Amino acid sequence: MSAVIDTPLGHAADHDDHAHPPSGLMRWVTTTNHKDIGTMYLWFSFTMLLVGGTLAMTIRAELFEPGLQIVTPEFFNQLTTMHGLIMVFGAIMPAFVGFANWQIPMMIGAPDMAFARMNNWSFWLLPVAGVLLISSFFVPGGAPAAGWTIYAPLSIQMGPGMDLGIFALHIMGASSIMGSINIITTILNMRAPGMTLMKMPMFVWTWLITAYLLIAVMPVLAGAITMTLTDRHFGTSFFNAAGGGDPVMFQHIFWFFGHPEVYIMILPAFGIISQVIPAFSRKPLFGYASMVYATSSIAILSFIVWAHHMFTVGLPTAGLLFFMYSTMLIAVPTGVKVFNWLATMWRGSMTFETPMLFAVGFLFVFTMGGFTGLMLAIMPVDVQLQDTYYVVAHFHYVLVGGALFAIFAGVYFWIPKWTGRMYDETLGKWHFWLSIVFFNITFFPMHFLGLAGMPRRIPDYASQFTDFNQIASLGAFGFGLAQLLFLYIVLKCSVFRKGEKAPAKPWEGADSLEWTHLPSPAPYHSFHEQPEVK
Amino acid sequence: MNRVLGRLIGGLLLALYTALASAAYRVNFQPPVTRIADDIYHLHMLMMYVIVVIFCLVFGVMFYSIYAHRKSVGHKAAQFHENTTVEIIWTIVPFLILIGIAWPATKVVIAYKDTSDPDITIKATGYQWKWGYDYLKGEGAGISFLSTLDTPQDEIYNRKPKDAHYLLEVDHPLVVPVGKKVRVLTTADDVIHSFWVPAFGIKQDAIPGFVRDTWFRADKEGTYRGQCAELCGRGHGFMPIVVKVVSGQQYAQWVAEQQKKSAAATEDTNKQWTLAELKARGAKVYAANCVACHQANGKGLPPTFPALDGSKIVTGSKAGHINRVLNGKPGTAMVAFGKQLSDTDIAAVITYERNSWGNKMGDMVLPAEVKAARKK
Repeated sequence: MSAVIDTPLGHAADHDDHAHPPSGLMRWVTTTNHKDIGTMYLWFSFTMLLVGGTLAMTIRAELFEPGLQIVTPEFFNQLTTMHGLIMVFGAIMPAFVGFANWQIPMMIGAPDMAFARMNNWSFWLLPVAGVLLISSFFVPGGAPAAGWTIYAPLSIQMGPGMDLGIFALHIMGASSIMGSINIITTILNMRAPGMTLMKMPMFVWTWLITAYLLIAVMPVLAGAITMTLTDRHFGTSFFNAAGGGDPVMFQHIFWFFGHPEVYIMILPAFGIISQVIPAFSRKPLFGYASMVYATSSIAILSFIVWAHHMFTVGLPTAGLLFFMYSTMLIAVPTGVKVFNWLATMWRGSMTFETPMLFAVGFLFVFTMGGFTGLMLAIMPVDVQLQDTYYVVAHFHYVLVGGALFAIFAGVYFWIPKWTGRMYDETLGKWHFWLSIVFFNITFFPMHFLGLAGMPRRIPDYASQFTDFNQIASLGAFGFGLAQLLFLYIVLKCSVFRKGEKAPAKPWEGADSLEWTHLPSPAPYHSFHEQPEVK
Repeated sequence: MNRVLGRLIGGLLLALYTALASAAYRVNFQPPVTRIADDIYHLHMLMMYVIVVIFCLVFGVMFYSIYAHRKSVGHKAAQFHENTTVEIIWTIVPFLILIGIAWPATKVVIAYKDTSDPDITIKATGYQWKWGYDYLKGEGAGISFLSTLDTPQDEIYNRKPKDAHYLLEVDHPLVVPVGKKVRVLTTADDVIHSFWVPAFGIKQDAIPGFVRDTWFRADKEGTYRGQCAELCGRGHGFMPIVVKVVSGQQYAQWVAEQQKKSAAATEDTNKQWTLAELKARGAKVYAANCVACHQANGKGLPPTFPALDGSKIVTGSKAGHINRVLNGKPGTAMVAFGKQLSDTDIAAVITYERNSWGNKMGDMVLPAEVKAARKK
């Protein structure tokens, strides 16, 4: 409560809304403060990242050699399913919401989110959902084992773990929808005077668009999983041909959610990168308006490409051609964004502190993921690659090298503002280099495995796939260990409070409101008085 | 010095090439054996050339910029931040490249979907966890059999060394003649599976309650191996597809043999079996269908996979035992083997279970009893 230098009315004004805020556990349970809630989202997502990562280490240990050594095939399917569900819904999505909570109010000059109490509820739903999901391991039949995509009719065969998973997804979906309503209302209504939409930081733009995507598609997932629930227990036959239903309809409904979902997971990453690269290039973002239009195009196009996940289902020729063309088309706005980031760097004056290392790493690795995505868009090639390790390689390149690296970049970038302390730059660089090297060792060979004919979601494989699997497993162990280093770096900075005190603007080229108008750490309540934006 | 260096580099490249060329380090598709697979191979190569060029351009620019435009070498930042012309160019040019790719891709999509005028039509049914083949039309029509993984459990559990076709071998492969158009209908009995043979360039989901199709014309004799390509439960990695492409003459011979065998199988139902004969046959059926869950020693993996040794059902009435094997136990992993196995095989495996390990029922079940039980 000490650094309240932004309130011209003085210290007293800050006290009259809550003279004695609760401390200890109740502070966190009852908080409506966007900074506290952002912190909780980030720690929740980091915990889930480590849980999901442990499942991945187990998977890669089993896949080190052909033959079954460590787990049964049923449990292996639980591991792959839960790894996917935990990483998508527990790690990546909540991490970006954590960034949204911390950053959006500060970046638009608002004192908090529009619906501060609903914000608290949005967060606290998540640990409940997380417990429900993870507890599925301990019920008869174990955790859901139908892949994170839970296709029918396999999902109908599963035990009660599937029902727990469905309830957890419902709760997480509700949390996302409430969070998105909050984000849209905040951005559209609470910007400081002078901050027109086309003057907002790109991070705010990407979250505005992401929030609309979430509201559009989370209810669709809710529909699909509710139909799965009723097929399982209440005698319906939505996905059962014998009762007049169609298993493929599940896929259509799921992927109508699923494809925008992957853009939901990458657009905020694009936003973070659009903040970091200009700051460390000491140059404004190139083509701001184009970036807004490109992001919007990606979001709109994301609704008409879903069946590229279903190229082998037996769609008619016209359908195959339509979805192939629309999917190829998304490469255009995505390419525009990559070129704009490059043009931002071009003829800048760059330094390579850890946030910039991760941002450049993102550009390299995400673009490679984009290339393999374009390859998969070509339907006849996808016939050979669908459900193989080539797809696993592709989505890990875009989700780990893309989304996760952007999250790392954002944490290193903003942690001085959040905690008032600089992270350890040497350790941060170690984290980057270890991560990018081991990441590539893990996932690059998987392209070859897919091309050679190795299917995905198998606990055991034919002998000719051994060597690349061993390389991938070793890489995975290295990558996993490197994230423990990140845990130490974050703890050292935020909890142990070691490291030099951060100035208000540690990054020379940073120019958004949180850097120019707020000290480090940012005060518990900021922008009581809205700043004037020129 | 240069000569030594040159030889060293040459040697390394040779080693790299040899390693890459070996099966263990395969970096590209398997050699195509059909026209479609060949088209797919070339589409992929075309895409790779485009991607590599764009990769070099984009990252060339990026790494040059990282090198030259650094504060530490004294480079001062320019302040330009938009250029409509350049934005238009780097929107239009990629769009044109995509059109260049879409044109050949479209041709292959259309060819891939053309299943008309086949010489032979075969239905492939996905089961948990094996394939069933029914030759429906053309030479060989009427032939019907199941194709199950026959890699021994000992190899899977690391008790014996793995052979060359580990996990990619079956008891009864699909046999087709070379150079003939084969239309493959796919369906499934339980959950979604997918019929995939990489060398043919085909992958078609097998969906319960629906019939979809794909086609291939193999141009070279040989044995081609694929796997199920849609997660279908615990056995997803253990239900391969093996296709033997043989000459027209060998195919005709095989068809004749199969037709003799199925005539013999019909006789089986009415044959005078002895307990020993049924038990011996049952041991084979058990090894192919039951051992993965109930284990070779009959002790199972309780509670999910109950023990058969000393089980109430196995040591109970024959009727109850037959019912369990024929109809499975809904809500559990015990499937209805009545759909997958013949009367003789079911009778044999039941007889085997009732007279193995600690079970000494001394009775046998005849194929005719199983047949009668089906009608109920």
